Amino acid sequence: MRRYFGRKLAIYALTFVVAVTLNWIIPRFMPGDPVLRMLTRTSVSNPEAIAPMRSYYENVFGLDVPLWKQYLNYWVELFQGNLGVSVWLFPAPVADVILRAVPYTLALLLPSILLSWWAGNKVGALAARRRWLDNTALPVSYALTATPYMWLGILLAWSLGIVAGIFPVAGGYSFELRPDWSWVFFGSLVQHWFLPFLSLFLVAFGGWAIGMRNLIIYELEADYANYLAALGAPRRLIRRYAFRNALLPQITGLALQLGVLVAGALVTEIVFAYPGLGHLILQAIQNQDFFLLQGAFLFIVIGVLGANFVIDIVYVLVDPRTRTGMQGAT
Amino acid sequence: MYRRSRWLVAGVLALTLGMTGCTGGDDGAATPGAGGLPGPGGGGGYPRNETLYTSGTQWGPPNSWNPIIPGYAMGTVGLAYETLFLFDPQKTELTPWLAEKGEWADKTYTLTLREGITWSDGKPLTADDVKYTAELGKIKAVPYSNLWTWLSAVDVVDPRTVRFTFSDPRIQEWENWLYENAIVPKHIWESRSEADITTTANEKPVGTGPYEYLTHDQDRMVWKKKADWWATKALNLDVKPTYIVDIVNSSNEVALGLLLQGNMDLSNNFLPGIANLVKGNFNIKTYYPDAPYMLSANTAMLIPNTTKAPLNDVAFRRALASSIDTKKIVEGVYGNIVRAANPTGLLPVWDQFVDQSVVTQHGFGFDTGKAKKTLADAGYRDTNGDGFVEGKNGKAVKLSLIVPAGWTDWMEAARVITAGAQAAGINVVAEFPDAGALDDARTAGTFDLVINNWAGLSNTPWHYYNYVFQLPIQEQQFNANFARYESKPAWELVQKLARTPQDDPVFKTTMAELEQIHLSELPMIPLWYNGLWAQYNTAHWTNWPSSAGDAPKDLPTTWNNLWEMGSIKMLTQLKPVA
Repeated sequence: MRRYFGRKLAIYALTFVVAVTLNWIIPRFMPGDPVLRMLTRTSVSNPEAIAPMRSYYENVFGLDVPLWKQYLNYWVELFQGNLGVSVWLFPAPVADVILRAVPYTLALLLPSILLSWWAGNKVGALAARRRWLDNTALPVSYALTATPYMWLGILLAWSLGIVAGIFPVAGGYSFELRPDWSWVFFGSLVQHWFLPFLSLFLVAFGGWAIGMRNLIIYELEADYANYLAALGAPRRLIRRYAFRNALLPQITGLALQLGVLVAGALVTEIVFAYPGLGHLILQAIQNQDFFLLQGAFLFIVIGVLGANFVIDIVYVLVDPRTRTGMQGAT
Repeated sequence: MYRRSRWLVAGVLALTLGMTGCTGGDDGAATPGAGGLPGPGGGGGYPRNETLYTSGTQWGPPNSWNPIIPGYAMGTVGLAYETLFLFDPQKTELTPWLAEKGEWADKTYTLTLREGITWSDGKPLTADDVKYTAELGKIKAVPYSNLWTWLSAVDVVDPRTVRFTFSDPRIQEWENWLYENAIVPKHIWESRSEADITTTANEKPVGTGPYEYLTHDQDRMVWKKKADWWATKALNLDVKPTYIVDIVNSSNEVALGLLLQGNMDLSNNFLPGIANLVKGNFNIKTYYPDAPYMLSANTAMLIPNTTKAPLNDVAFRRALASSIDTKKIVEGVYGNIVRAANPTGLLPVWDQFVDQSVVTQHGFGFDTGKAKKTLADAGYRDTNGDGFVEGKNGKAVKLSLIVPAGWTDWMEAARVITAGAQAAGINVVAEFPDAGALDDARTAGTFDLVINNWAGLSNTPWHYYNYVFQLPIQEQQFNANFARYESKPAWELVQKLARTPQDDPVFKTTMAELEQIHLSELPMIPLWYNGLWAQYNTAHWTNWPSSAGDAPKDLPTTWNNLWEMGSIKMLTQLKPVA
């Protein structure tokens, strides 16, 4: 067991280093120069003032040292919890900007990932044994999973927000409210959260339902299922075995899908003007804000790696074969 | 297994929602007057008939209330901090604001402050604050640091009087400084170091203006009306909304949605197709009830890189200018919400300075035949028969016109321009790089053709010609003369303009000379006037600025640096419906 987790941790550490390095390199390959954009924005009118202002900002952002040193500084600062100063939102520190946005993104991501996985598996398993459900749920699921997040988001915002007027189309909570501990405020949070959540939930739900339905059918035709049936075991028992076996690939699938879901959440946030990371990342790219981009991606890298690690642990817990394998190995 | 997972899901869900609520609550608690305390109207809300909802200025979370460095939250200058003068674009003159008056005497300018103005912390505004603000320009990282290349000293005569002594009295530039820069309180700012002044977020802005910071979040900025604002007594002006909630946009579509729902009162976003909504029954109004619907805010210019052949040839530029069907851009691309530009490119407020004889003699208009003839006369011929002219050296000419990706209106306009140029035999193709890459190309001068609109509304046409002709050409051109066109006589005229008062007849003749150089050399080709995008929903607030007879005529905008052009007066004219 220790060796298994030791190896896993080493792999995660390596992935982390590579991801963080890429995270540092990629923004620097983008066309454009952040200091130049900064100067453009301050619209320096005096030609003589350009050079001093340029060196001033390069110093503020730590861009006045050789690249290798910038890279080292980046790691040192990272371990001190310092993510630098945002170029686009100058002079706000990146950590502050991200911390304000992260709760919104998490509130969208966690429930939509877990609920869609749970509901998708459940409906998929049901569909595998009820013909009427199979005939309705399957085409709907196919349509949903093939829908781009953004398109579904726009559709929901237009139909339920603008035409029906039931849900708001922008913001994290009503623009008429100030945050406090009241039911009105909490209700407003939920109301604004619902549509972005729903669009993420629906798309992911379709994928899980289809996967589960196919896996159950496959498992029900497996030798052990036929054997159990020949022994006269009740259908219910066979289905339970089939469900448990079918769940394993779905757990792996969850780990693989995390990245896609995060990307989907970012797009959805932009459609609903939801104040999470999505809009920040888009603007950071457009403004050559290396530091904000690094910070936002760092959060995503840590999130996805952490979630994968949790899934690894869950896998050990739910699949006895992993445990046996590990005991054999140690 | 799945029975357990159900509890897991429920638990995580509860946890996340709790966390969001918690963070929200913390933000509020950190802000005085918000959070824990119940706000007016109960539940921490803003009464609808006292609240103005706006958008179109902020594209990212509010993060700075520092009036010295650009990028501050909407209203930092205008609502909280104020300027010495306002610029009135109707009368094209400065009107006293914090200042009572200012007078020139040779190379000195004596400014008298209005009596009885106090900062929001109760301390009086004095001449020391003005001197301190001007002297901040000695810090290189302050955007107006160039002030000190022509200003030599600032002296406090008495608590209400400041004397500025100039080494080079650039009247036009000085007037620009007077109304564009906010005065900051010395007693708060003097404890800050040079680096602090340009990097502080200045979270608790102490200003002289009618509003105070109330709260902000990722997607909003909220201002609250101050109990006593000096202009209420001095000028009988009273801002009507108690709260101003400025909504951070992620896209223009979201702004349109909010406007249609009636949850937004004033949208300063570019909303294509707004003409149809104004005509329909949606409570939506614009400044003009018909085309062009919007006031003009700036001039969109086609900028050729005059250091590259064949764009360095004036005949070629002239042919290009006459190949462009501006009418098609105005009607087809914009649906008539913009106006075609005067050939000089001067905004309509400067019509009095346009010399019609120069325009008739040197102006240009859409005429494909004339464009072809100009090319042929100048010796550009299609020698290889591909339908496009070749350069004088016989090599094929292929130019790219760049506009930022995602700026859909400009992208369409670029397509119209390239179609026109190709019909005249000039091979221009439209390209849409990322905005950052475009900035790089424009600044470094590596582009062929680019569209830019930074010649905006200001107190003086000097600004416009400074934008067109500024010298010397640097390796990087940040905000002017992107065409990299070198004309010493023109630049001398621009500098002369800076030193001439607008009512001096010399001002008009200098303008005519500049117009003549601009139109005969065409270093930049004016195309259309971009609008001062403004659409109002009249469900909750009325008496918006409009062209109608007795309606207010102030600029209907929340854009930063337009408050100083009198938008602040719009707030004093609004009337709540309920």
